[in-house]
Amino acid sequence: MRLVFATKINNVSIDINKVRADFPILSQKIYGKDLIYLDSGATAQKPQCVIDAETEMYTHWNSNIHRGVHFLSNQSTDRYEKSRTIIKDFLNAKSEKEVIFTSGTTASINLVAHSLGDFCIEKGDEIIVTEMEHHSNIVPWQLLCQRKGAVLKVIPVTDCGELNIDAFKSIISERTKIVSVAHVSNTLGTINPINEIAQIVHNYNAYFVVDGAQGVQHGKVDVQAMDCDFYAFSGHKLYAPTGIGVLYGKEEILEQMPPYMGGGDMIKEVSFNGTTFAELPLKFEAGTSNYVGAYALGEAINYVNSVGVDNIEEYEQDLLKYATNKLSTIDGLKIYGTAKNKVCTISFLLDGIHHYDTGMILDKLGIAVRTGHHCTQPLTERFNIDGIVRASFTFYNTKAEVDALYDGLLKVKQMFS
Amino acid sequence: MNINEIQEEIIEEFSIYDDWMDKYNYLIELGKNLKTIDTTHKTDEYIIKGCQSKVWIDAELVDGKIIYAADSDAIITKGIIALLLRVVSNNTPQEILDNDLFFIEQIGLKENLSPTRANGLLAMIKQIRLFALAYQAKLNA
Repeated sequence: MRLVFATKINNVSIDINKVRADFPILSQKIYGKDLIYLDSGATAQKPQCVIDAETEMYTHWNSNIHRGVHFLSNQSTDRYEKSRTIIKDFLNAKSEKEVIFTSGTTASINLVAHSLGDFCIEKGDEIIVTEMEHHSNIVPWQLLCQRKGAVLKVIPVTDCGELNIDAFKSIISERTKIVSVAHVSNTLGTINPINEIAQIVHNYNAYFVVDGAQGVQHGKVDVQAMDCDFYAFSGHKLYAPTGIGVLYGKEEILEQMPPYMGGGDMIKEVSFNGTTFAELPLKFEAGTSNYVGAYALGEAINYVNSVGVDNIEEYEQDLLKYATNKLSTIDGLKIYGTAKNKVCTISFLLDGIHHYDTGMILDKLGIAVRTGHHCTQPLTERFNIDGIVRASFTFYNTKAEVDALYDGLLKVKQMFS
Repeated sequence: MNINEIQEEIIEEFSIYDDWMDKYNYLIELGKNLKTIDTTHKTDEYIIKGCQSKVWIDAELVDGKIIYAADSDAIITKGIIALLLRVVSNNTPQEILDNDLFFIEQIGLKENLSPTRANGLLAMIKQIRLFALAYQAKLNA
């Protein structure tokens, strides 16, 4: 069922009171204060329908998928596979064969680094990542380079937090086999020009991997329009449970890639003379999948669709503008990441105040932000800082919460002055 | 005063603060006033790297007692360091090894010691004991 958003209030078509009521955790109090959750970039909160989906699955349908002939197993398998279809539609993939369930973005990227790496990387080949990557889109490639004697190259980031595309054009070469780039920077919020990068990558016949961990929840993802070869994301940042994620891959490439992990469900026939493997997507889903999480992820996407991806994007962009303007008025506050295209993430430092100190005081005020290097040490080093405070907003956050953050930061300044 | 008497004294001091804000203001004050350690000691040799804040620590034995010096890049962490040093510094290695540090929990700052906080404090407490162990071994040798 799709909810109809007929009325637009202030040009924004999200019924914020209804949305907030959908997320039970948001009405909680911490230290006796209203919870202000500005850490959705680390993990998003869950709407009641997702929580219910998990309970429903365990209460009524729990049974291992693809195994039994019995009623429950069919019910369970059916829900798992329906969820795959929901995800296929959500990403605009061509077929369900292109949607592989994993445990999350990290597992998805490691799958590609192993399997595609085995398939196409030879000594002296080059792999390109960017300076703004999360460690989980750096380390799997470093490990691959070590295994194969390949070389890792890095696209630099400009002062405002955008990728230096000219530099990328000079780095990429005939030796480049894989380019892996974040859709959206977890630290800076920058939305990278995926289409433009895809074109450059494919001109060199290299494979293009997109880390969508911070992208998929903030706007429309169309893998065909993006022309990426792989798109990885986590359920838990998309209002679904932890421990479930997705790897999208173009069918013709996935077909050629060798299996990554061996086990049950990924085989056709096993004998000690040799084993044949299952068709896509099961070839890459060894062992018992997190079918409960997969079902709940489907429900989370249904929920997002019911609110409307366009509505979410519009609401969050409005909130970003408001928050950026408001926080910019604080004397001594510096925002890191001022790209033209950003999601609703604001990272900043208060002059002379350690990010840990800022985070500790905000916490006591009921405001949850993330502090530290955000698993992007090369990036924080590039900006010559030890760490940063990140407020990551999403469509359940409000302008009143931005105001509370503003007041909290004034308090922090006062305490440390 | 011995280690436990100082701990009791700190607990007494903190008992007048029923508001978290006053407590943290006091910690910030302590942090600001903590004598920073010599920059030559602010090197990787002395560092305890947390994911969030860094802590540097050094210790020397003077007349059979350990004098600790420590520092951090975060003020709240420095405030807690100031309290820790007040408790442990200027005691014999044996005294330091024989006594548990209970005041941090009692003054309601336990959350700062959780391993997941990664602010270097838990590692610093381990390091305090390691210094004591090392100097004790030296004295016994």
